[in-house]
Amino acid sequence: MIKARLTLFRLSAATMPYLGSEDTVRELRRALCNPNVQSDQLRYRNAILKVIRAMSQGVDVSGLFSEMVKACATVDIVQKKLVYVFLCSYATLNPELSLLVINTLRKDCQDPNPMVRSLALRNMTNLRLPSLVEYVEQPLTAGLKDRAASVRRVAVLGWAKLHNLQTNSEIDAAVVNELYSLLRDPDPVVMVNCLRALEEILKEEGGVAINKPITHHLLNRLKECDIWGQCEVLRTLQRYRPQSEDELFDILSLLDASLVSPHPPVMAATLSLFLSLCPGVPAVSQAALERVRGPLLATCGSVSREMRFTALCHIQLLLRSLPGLMGAHYKRFFCGYAEPAYIKQRKMQVLVELVNDDNVAMLLDELRGYCTDVNTDTAQAAISALVSSCVILCGLGAGHIGRSYSDRCLEILIGLLGLKQEHITSAVVQTMRDLVWVCPQCSDTVCLAVEGCEETLQDGQGRQALLWLLGVYGERVSSAPYTLEVFIDGVRCEASLGVKMELLTASMRLFLCRPAEMQDMLGRLLHYCIEEETDICVRDQALLYYRLLHCGIEETRKVLQGRRSDPSLGVLIGRPAEPISQWACSFNTLEPLRQGAMETESASRGSPEHVTFDPKRNNDPSDTLNCGHDEEALHSGSDSAIVRTDSTADVLGSSLTVPLSLSVSPALSPEEFELLWLQPQVLHTEQGPEKMKADKDCVCVEEHVRCPEILHCSPQSLQAAMQLVNIQTLAFTPPHALPLRVYLYTHTQRARVAVTPHSTLILGELLYTGEGNQKVGQVDGGVVVVEGREDEQMKEGEQATADGLSGRDTGRTDREQDGVKVTLKQHPRDENALKGFLSILTTVLHTLSSESD
Amino acid sequence: MISQVFILSSKGDHLIYKDFRGEAGSDVVSIFYEMVTALTGDQPPVVMVTPCSHKDLHFVHVRQGGLYWVATTTADSSPFTVVEFLNRLTALVKDYCGTLSEKSVQMNFALIYELLDEVVDYGYVQTTSSDVLKNFIQTEAVSSRPFSLFDLSNVGLFGAETQQNKVAPSSASARPIQSSREQGGKSEIFVDVIERMSVVIGSNGVLMKADVQGEIRVKCYMPSCSEMRIGLNEEFSIGKSQLRGYGAAVRVDECSFHQAVRLDEFDSHRILRLCPSQGEQTVMQYQLSDNLPSAPPFRLFPTIERDNGGRLLMYMKLRCDLPPKTLSQELSSPDQSAELKPQSRAVVWEIPRFPGGTQLSALFKLDVPGLSSASMLEVGPVGLSFELPKITATGLQVRFLRLSPVQPGPSQRWVRYVTHSDSYTIRV
Repeated sequence: MIKARLTLFRLSAATMPYLGSEDTVRELRRALCNPNVQSDQLRYRNAILKVIRAMSQGVDVSGLFSEMVKACATVDIVQKKLVYVFLCSYATLNPELSLLVINTLRKDCQDPNPMVRSLALRNMTNLRLPSLVEYVEQPLTAGLKDRAASVRRVAVLGWAKLHNLQTNSEIDAAVVNELYSLLRDPDPVVMVNCLRALEEILKEEGGVAINKPITHHLLNRLKECDIWGQCEVLRTLQRYRPQSEDELFDILSLLDASLVSPHPPVMAATLSLFLSLCPGVPAVSQAALERVRGPLLATCGSVSREMRFTALCHIQLLLRSLPGLMGAHYKRFFCGYAEPAYIKQRKMQVLVELVNDDNVAMLLDELRGYCTDVNTDTAQAAISALVSSCVILCGLGAGHIGRSYSDRCLEILIGLLGLKQEHITSAVVQTMRDLVWVCPQCSDTVCLAVEGCEETLQDGQGRQALLWLLGVYGERVSSAPYTLEVFIDGVRCEASLGVKMELLTASMRLFLCRPAEMQDMLGRLLHYCIEEETDICVRDQALLYYRLLHCGIEETRKVLQGRRSDPSLGVLIGRPAEPISQWACSFNTLEPLRQGAMETESASRGSPEHVTFDPKRNNDPSDTLNCGHDEEALHSGSDSAIVRTDSTADVLGSSLTVPLSLSVSPALSPEEFELLWLQPQVLHTEQGPEKMKADKDCVCVEEHVRCPEILHCSPQSLQAAMQLVNIQTLAFTPPHALPLRVYLYTHTQRARVAVTPHSTLILGELLYTGEGNQKVGQVDGGVVVVEGREDEQMKEGEQATADGLSGRDTGRTDREQDGVKVTLKQHPRDENALKGFLSILTTVLHTLSSESD
Repeated sequence: MISQVFILSSKGDHLIYKDFRGEAGSDVVSIFYEMVTALTGDQPPVVMVTPCSHKDLHFVHVRQGGLYWVATTTADSSPFTVVEFLNRLTALVKDYCGTLSEKSVQMNFALIYELLDEVVDYGYVQTTSSDVLKNFIQTEAVSSRPFSLFDLSNVGLFGAETQQNKVAPSSASARPIQSSREQGGKSEIFVDVIERMSVVIGSNGVLMKADVQGEIRVKCYMPSCSEMRIGLNEEFSIGKSQLRGYGAAVRVDECSFHQAVRLDEFDSHRILRLCPSQGEQTVMQYQLSDNLPSAPPFRLFPTIERDNGGRLLMYMKLRCDLPPKTLSQELSSPDQSAELKPQSRAVVWEIPRFPGGTQLSALFKLDVPGLSSASMLEVGPVGLSFELPKITATGLQVRFLRLSPVQPGPSQRWVRYVTHSDSYTIRV
């Protein structure tokens, strides 16, 4: 008999997962109600175990609630605990039946065993039923005065739970007082729980009151707490403001030991507290950062890779303010053999920042090793890291060392091309394009290298980059026409829109410098694109070029020559160290860890200039009109000083109705800035309609602001002034150099009516060319007028040609006398925010130039 | 503040789910699993945020024992704290269940619920000390260790004490801490000195980087132990300036201790005093960069060339520079194996045993389509992963291990040394 039952039991257990949940519940109920099972403690517990197992596997076992309530009345603590796990999960579904549990729970609160008391009290508050509050309050009040610390711990947090169940109810002042007095409880966990509970209960009043006595009490007892308690206390103390300098330094020296704690959470929380205690004393914060270097580096080598990653992300924050902090320890950031790709990529980002004269040879060697990583993304990241360090070396370029190592860098890149690996070649060509834009001195080497790599290139991005290089540096690449011929012959089968448009531009450019070789194939290409091409954008561009050629070679050259980078850009690489306050608030939050994910999303590349048109705008006339209107308004605003002040007032008025606020966070690294700044709008076209929509949202505007004295104020004061209004300057030319360039960015935040705050990113360039202004204005104006204008012109029709453009421009240069040219880009577009930003910027510039008078 | 904690198997099965604050439903578990499986390999999975359509949930997770250990939390909480908490939770589960695997978690789910209940209340970590927890945890662990013949090999013939008997089996410490109760007080204490080396050796054989991260870990299965004294080498010094004793200096750059360690005898005699709590804890951590006292344990002499048939020939000579054991008979290891892994484009050469002072060589011939002279650049680096028992790279030794009061009955104290390769890279 027994044997038979046993086999039956085993069978049902084995088949249980395959039965529907209803059958499972029925099976379980039968077991729970069986009096034989109930009388045998071990079997009863096993039946309950099965219920919990089903519950955590996601089976709905709420139907067993009444059976489980019965099982709650037992002396077996293990069984009690199991039943409570069940009851707490399903109580909200069965508020009436839960009333039955309360009696058992209240009885348990009187139990002589403190473990039973704390268990009952904790689960009473975990039921999360507002209807039970009246039964819970009394045992909770008693719990606060319990002899056993474990019960007090539970009771204190119980009040927080109770408060959150009915947030609108009045808090009993007696309870709050009791909680405040329990801050002096001998048990450290009770003390910390009191802090936590008071923070939640008094959330509306700004949390627990942090005054001098409480602060000092907490600090003195810090050592008794475990690391979790210490973190909590340190976090709460961030709100404290010391009353005197002596007090501040007393606190800091008390905390010094936890700053170098071997536990990363304590170390991070202490540093956070340091940064918030003394925002006005940069020397102290800096010393703290240096002190924390050792523990942070140790965390970077932690066994847990998640912890490593966390530490790496925070080191990147620190480096923004103290670029030299980790210089000597660069070897700690060498990638491990088996580390996951996301850690490797972070380490490379850090390594690039640490390049200096002493370690450059070693670093380049190391980075070279990563370029052939099996993971293609890691390999591509390594290649762009290599190029970034090359750019930095070019920046240092004046010295002999920088020069020779940037050559070494290029040598490595060229060696990689020899591998003939598709993804590596593509990444190298793309990064080379970026490189020659920033460091034109490298162009000779690059021209030699790109010959012959078209065979390996397969993807659209890589081929686009190659075409751009061939177009711009075609006269120096001997085989350029032959390479283009291959492309032109294959244009029929070409799938990528971007490649076709880039091919058109490149062929035109090459035609200008090598007409004899190109004439025939350019004719073929234009013929194909105009007669046979189905895509409207390619056809339109081909038509434009065709008509441009009719206007004569000089006009064509003027339009197509485009922006050449100038070597003075190299100086811009030296990035000013950010003040610590920029990132202090995001230190020790999830923010720095998230940024990486966003960076990889935005990492799409494009040619470093805007020669192609945005085809989407053409399909949307209203948009184009808006854009044109906006721009006219802006230009009329700059016509004369009087009009400008009027329009500024106007803008200010309108921005009052929709308040505009600027902020510098999330911070933008120079690399990201560069990427966004150089990103033309057309390059997403092949990525589907969603992307197109997103892209429609960026706008580029040019403006002239009259402030002749801008040259006389130092970059530092300019930077400081910009920061006052939350505009971050990223880079600037050395003082008193001409032309003066400043790059800056900010985020605008505008609370729209009943809509979530709407934010945009504005990137800007200030250019002051001094006396030679008129000439520069003419050359520059040819192409980079305003994106919107070019589109408008495209739409207006074919008669708008280059002379129309230049005519408009010569008219304008008269007014540009000693003005600062402001070029702005905005993502996503928002005219009002842009206007508001411009007025703020204008005000700052005027203030600056009037001050320096 | 932690809102929920859940444990998922690698296939996405729900093993444990506990909601502490009742702020979000249990459907977040499947949201998380969808997100984490949608990630490509190179995206950082540590922190993930749901798309804005959902209430902004922040997942922080660690992967251990092939499982996802996930906590949901708010944006302003400290990543260091949450990651440390999850790591600590895995350590606790390992302490209580013996091993960390899908099976052991499944078998001990009641115990894990109980643990979670005591460790976290309303999203706030209460305690993770196993000393405190042992008073509260009532459920007994179900050991998932399969029956194995190896367990019997320790029994000597006629009860004679064999050589093997004196060596603790490596699985000895993989057991639940509470099992001592049933086993009738077989009290044991393990002191492990574990070092992790990360080394980069350049193609010219020059040591480019050598880091050692070490720790002393104590595993205690002793019901009552009031104090333990661990004596380290007298010559042990911290930082660059100090030089102690007359022997070969054992030096580390930085050193930190568990807060329960009393250091009053450390300065004079290099003795650590502590009262170990049940389970595992790290007593001391130290690091050493660049100046290793001895040569790196392995050297590689590679020759890579192309033969006439377009095949890649890799001739690898690997030498182990560790001091030879007095009794080393096996010079060639018969159990070696080599395998080509096309997925990761790597050749894996496995060497089960490698006695010190010996040398192994292997010739790999690879057929590579389209092999060119430039592709030779693509070969490498060589990564070694190894475990060196009874050796520490820094030379740190435990002189003695004393327990007071002297334990009644048979108590066993084990000191074990092991050096792992964290990352041992040799460029070719």
